[in-house]
Amino acid sequence: MSISVQHISKSYKNVKALQNISFEVKEGELFGLIGPDGAGKTTLFRILTTLLIANEGTATVAGFNVVLDYKNIRNSVGYMPGKFSLYQDLTVEENLNFFATIFGTTIAENYDLIKEIYVQIEPFKDRRAGKLSGGMKQKLALCCALIHKPKVLFLDEPTTGVDPVSRKEFWEMLKRLQQKDITILVSTPYMDEAELCDRIALIQNGEILEIDTPAEIVKHYPKKMYNVRGDNMYKLIESLKAYEHQYSVYPFGEFVHYTDHRTDFDTESLKDYLKTKGLTDITIATTQPTIEDTFMELAK
Amino acid sequence: MKTIIYIIQKEFKQIFRNKGMLPIIFVLPLLQLVILSNAATFEVKNIKFGYVDMDHTTTSRALIEKFNASTYFNVLTDFSSERLASSAMLKGEVDVLLEIPNYFERDLYKEKYNRLGVTINAIDGAAAGVENVYVTQIIQRFNSNLKVDLLKPSDKQVQPTRIETIPLFWYNQTLNYKTFMVPGILVLLVTMITLFLSGMNIVREKEIGTLEQINVTPIKKSQFIIGKLFPFWVIGMGLLTIGLIIAKLIFNVPMLGSLPLMYFYTSIYILVVLGIGLFISNFTDTQQQAMFIAWFFTVIFILMSGLFTPIESMPKWAQILTEFNPIKYFVEVMRMVMLKGSGFMDILPQLLKTLLYAIIMNGLAVWSYKKTT
Repeated sequence: MSISVQHISKSYKNVKALQNISFEVKEGELFGLIGPDGAGKTTLFRILTTLLIANEGTATVAGFNVVLDYKNIRNSVGYMPGKFSLYQDLTVEENLNFFATIFGTTIAENYDLIKEIYVQIEPFKDRRAGKLSGGMKQKLALCCALIHKPKVLFLDEPTTGVDPVSRKEFWEMLKRLQQKDITILVSTPYMDEAELCDRIALIQNGEILEIDTPAEIVKHYPKKMYNVRGDNMYKLIESLKAYEHQYSVYPFGEFVHYTDHRTDFDTESLKDYLKTKGLTDITIATTQPTIEDTFMELAK
Repeated sequence: MKTIIYIIQKEFKQIFRNKGMLPIIFVLPLLQLVILSNAATFEVKNIKFGYVDMDHTTTSRALIEKFNASTYFNVLTDFSSERLASSAMLKGEVDVLLEIPNYFERDLYKEKYNRLGVTINAIDGAAAGVENVYVTQIIQRFNSNLKVDLLKPSDKQVQPTRIETIPLFWYNQTLNYKTFMVPGILVLLVTMITLFLSGMNIVREKEIGTLEQINVTPIKKSQFIIGKLFPFWVIGMGLLTIGLIIAKLIFNVPMLGSLPLMYFYTSIYILVVLGIGLFISNFTDTQQQAMFIAWFFTVIFILMSGLFTPIESMPKWAQILTEFNPIKYFVEVMRMVMLKGSGFMDILPQLLKTLLYAIIMNGLAVWSYKKTT
């Protein structure tokens, strides 16, 4: 096991940040922690990267205990905090050199690992890090976290505040890193990114709701899901919420994801109901629930 | 070792790239040295002097003439009445008021004794004290000259013996206050700049979040701290050098003692300051907090350092407190070495105390620096 977390709890004064968290991450796995802001993701990262000590429970990273062997962990993990935390007044190259040096290595030594990412920012290597675009900063931070060839990589919300194209690129890079036998623990509030992970843990209010592969997790969804569409989105949601048999109503892009209480639900009765509410162009079709739907259901 | 050198390089790069910081480090202190050394003077000059002469005799005019001749007094006005003079004092037009009563000359010759009224504006207590001494000196000198004239031959037998004192001011013969202030202000600058910079430095890494990244690396506490603080040690020594050059070139302050001794003491002294700075850093979360705390200590240290007011005149408890003031030792050492030419053995007590202070402060700072949060 690359990461093993056993019954970890952590509380700040009155807030229970983490409650009895347990999970395991296999070697070379891309594991996602999915949850809203304030779910406790960052606290968990800080415990696993030895910055914080848990109140209860034990955890090992790359075979080392996070409390007893913290020195070994610091040599074998890469950590990319959620907030960009490189030196803005140093250039790209200087930042990379700095982190290489304090890890007791050089850029040349592990260049093959970062090469694919570094070539993209190499044209700007003499530019100060503070002057880079958001996506570039992200790539530089990833390079700095990889420069010592870590066994485990911790990425705390790496794509928050990054444009969709850069986000996509970033996940492609993670997939490639995974093939180089690096275990990756990544947290994100974006449900669409969850599907790119090997396994995910849904986390809310410091508790894990579910751990499984993305495909399995959506199968756990207990109801049949319908895509409902109409000419007036706002009115549609209002009407559906007022419908006596509704189980859940969530807007999802151009559709509304709808589930019904009844087991013998037929779409025509809903269509008729919506027509009485004055909606036109109504389409209702079954659809696959997404991780977002599952999360909403579990978080209820 | 390689790591430390790299961190030091990085720190210097960052300092020199910070366009706002450079003038603070190098230009402001020198301006302060030049301005403060000229301005922070204990000499009271251009005293606004007024008088009420009710007597209008040769004696009273001769006395006023004495004040006129003094470089310290600007003889301003002859008030016709005490009431006018008092209101001028109230308006702040005069600082010192001399009243010569009616029949001053006549009574003096007849009774060999008379009184003069002196009123001093004591809004600024320190200046009032100095003014009092000046006035007393002038009147006494006038008095002793007068005595000779007043003596009648028959009095010769009972003439009192006069004791005259001629003070010699050792180590600063002309009582040039610049000679005495420049070393002190130099101390102040070296302390302030190194304390502020080191206090704000590690907090800055906390603020921008880089410290968190550093903390998950295998770097050792000592490597990081030495790497972070060494540049400020160098800057402190650099400031001392520039300050000494200015002291010599602009103020022509005597430097009797040995320069290496001054540098040796300063090199230990800066360690104390850096230790305090790091300690502040560890207990604050923002540069703003660090700055305020650093200010708080600097103000206390400066006012209780003996730089502006002599420690001997402080109350007993304050004197004990000054024992914990590193600036006090630095001021003492700089003045002793520069003005008196003191040697290693003379400053040994201060040196040992400073060294002890450095060990304690840095020990506390390193102990309280945690790589976890």
